Amino acid sequence: MTNHAGGVEGLPREKVEQFDRALAPILKRYPPDRQASAMIPALRLGQALFGHISPAVQALAADRLGTSPSRAEEVATFYVMLETHPTGKHLVELCTNISCSLMGGDQLWGYLKRKLALEKAGTTADGRYSLREVECLGSCGTAPAMLVDEEMYEQLTPQKVDSILKGLS
Amino acid sequence: MSDTLVLSARWGRPNSAALSTYRADGGYGTLDKALGLDPALIVDEVKKSNLRGRGGAGFATGLKWTFLPKDIRPRYLTVNADESEPGTFKDRYIIEHDPHQLIEGIALTCYALDIHLAYIYIRGEFAKQARILEVAIEEARAAGVIGPKLLGKKDFDLDIHVHRGAGAYICGEESALLESLEGKKGYPRLKPPFPAVVGLWGKPTIINNVETIANVPWIVQHGGDAFAALGTGKSGGTRLFGVSGHVNRPGVYEKACHYNLKKLIMEDAGGIVGGRALKAVIPGGSSSPVLAAHEIDISMEFDAVKAAGSMSGSGGVIVFDESACMVRALARLSRFYAEESCGQCTPCREGTNWMEGILHKLEAGHGTAADVDKLEQVANSIAGNTICALGDAAAMPVQSFIKKFKPEFLRHAEQRCCPFGDHGWGLTQAPQDAVAGPVRYAR
Repeated sequence: MTNHAGGVEGLPREKVEQFDRALAPILKRYPPDRQASAMIPALRLGQALFGHISPAVQALAADRLGTSPSRAEEVATFYVMLETHPTGKHLVELCTNISCSLMGGDQLWGYLKRKLALEKAGTTADGRYSLREVECLGSCGTAPAMLVDEEMYEQLTPQKVDSILKGLS
Repeated sequence: MSDTLVLSARWGRPNSAALSTYRADGGYGTLDKALGLDPALIVDEVKKSNLRGRGGAGFATGLKWTFLPKDIRPRYLTVNADESEPGTFKDRYIIEHDPHQLIEGIALTCYALDIHLAYIYIRGEFAKQARILEVAIEEARAAGVIGPKLLGKKDFDLDIHVHRGAGAYICGEESALLESLEGKKGYPRLKPPFPAVVGLWGKPTIINNVETIANVPWIVQHGGDAFAALGTGKSGGTRLFGVSGHVNRPGVYEKACHYNLKKLIMEDAGGIVGGRALKAVIPGGSSSPVLAAHEIDISMEFDAVKAAGSMSGSGGVIVFDESACMVRALARLSRFYAEESCGQCTPCREGTNWMEGILHKLEAGHGTAADVDKLEQVANSIAGNTICALGDAAAMPVQSFIKKFKPEFLRHAEQRCCPFGDHGWGLTQAPQDAVAGPVRYAR
C-alpha cells in the first residue's frame, strides 16, 4: 500500500498529517531499523484520531512503519483495547473477574445494563455509550472497578457509577 | 519478624513520586556509589541477596542475569509491568508511589549488565500509571540521571522508554511480551532459546518484573546478605502481598517473604467480612491452586507454598468466605482463561473453552456427575501440553477446585441448580474499612 503525498485512500488528509506529526516522537523510542515495534502505539493513535482502526487506518500505520498491512491487522484484531469497529462516544468497561465479582461486580453489571437500557454488552441506541465486561484491571484491592474511556474508577457503588456517567461530556 | 520496608517506605507520603522527594530521601545515592564499582560486584550482590522473581515464577534473579552470553551486544532490559493476573495489584502501586525507585533499579541493573536501552512494558489498561512513569523518566532525563551520562558523570548512556500494551493477559508471559514489543500479536515463543540468549529483536534480553527491579537499589545499598536475611532459606527480602476478596481491609501489604498466610488474612487484612467463616484462599494469583480454609497456616515463602501444594506466585491472595460458590468462582476464572488464551496451541485454545462451557452448564444446574469427570479430564489434557504456562495456569485452578471441593460440584449436578443461588455472592456494600484508601502497608 503506497500513499499519495501523505494521504491514504479514504482518510482525510488533515488527519493523516496530524497522525504523522504525533507519530514522529513515538518512533524515536525504537531503533531506526526496528520501527515496526511502534505498531501498538501507532494503531492506538489511529484509533484516537479516526475513531476506530479501519482497514485504511491499518494500512496507514503499516505504511509509516515500513511493514505490511497484514501485520497491522494481526495486531489490531488481537488486542482488546484496539477497536476495529466504531464504538459509542463513551466506552464503559466493567471488570467482573473474580475479586470484583466477589465485591459486587456482578450486581453492578446488572445495574449498568438496566441504567443504559441494554440487554447485553453493546452500544446504546443513541450511540452515547458502549458497555462491555472486561477481564481483571489490576484493581482487586479496590474492587469493583471499571474503565471509562480508558480512565480507571475504583471502589464503585451504583451511586458512584451514576455520578461518573453524569460527569461525562 | 523484620519490620524493614524495602519497597513501600515512601508510599502515601506527599509527592512521593517526585524526583525531589526521592532525592531528599537519599535516592540515586546508591547509583552514584555504584558507578565507582566494578559492575560484576553488583551482580554478585544480587546473587547473594536470594532475590527471586516477583512476577510469579520465583526464579532466582541473579542466576537469570548470568544466562546472558558474554560477548553479544547489544543487550536489552525489559521490565514487565503487564500486571494482569487476577488478584494481583502490587506493581501499579510501586509505579504510582515510587517510580524513581524503579528507575534507579533499572539504571543499576543496566549498569551491572552493560545494557544501554530499557523498555518498561506496561499493560494498556494502566493509563495513569504509564503517564506517571513517563513523567518520572522525563524528570530523570532532564536532571541528567539517565541519558548520555549516568548522573551526569559516568560515560554510560542509558535510555528508558515506556511501551504500552493494549489489553492481552498473555503479554505478561515473557516471550509473548517480546513479540508484542516487536509490534506483533502476543504469541509466546518456544523455549529454549530463552530470552536471555535470544530475546528482543533476536538479542540477549533480561526480563524482570517491576517489583523485582525495584528491590535492586536496596540490595546494592545494604548488601545482598542483608536482603537475604530479611527472608528465609532460598528466598530473600520482603514481598508485596495483595489481599482481595472477602476481607475487611483489602490492600497491599509489604511483609517478609516468608510471612504467615493466615496471619496476613486474619490480622493484617482484618479477617473475614461480616464475621463469616473462611472457606478458601487462592494464595498467589488466580492460576495458583486453591487452598481450603484449614490449609492456610503456612509460610508464603515460594518453596513452602509449593510444599503445601500451591504457589505463592505473584503474591495475589484472593479470599473466599463461606457464602461463595466454588463452582461459580471457577466458572468465572475459566472464562478468563478462555478469553485470554492466545489461540496458538490447540489444547489450550479448545480446552479452555470446553472447561468454561462445562462449568457454566454445572452452575446453571444442567450438569451431571460425568461432567465433573470430563472437566477434570480436559484440564489434565491441557496441562503440560502447551508452549507457554497459560495452559497450566488454566488447568491448575480446575484441578485444585475439584480436588478440594468435589462434593460441591456434585451437589450442583444432583440438585440440578446452584445450591447457593444468588444469595451471598457479591457484597452489596463495601466492607467497613475499605474506603480508607487503596494502599495499605504495615510495619
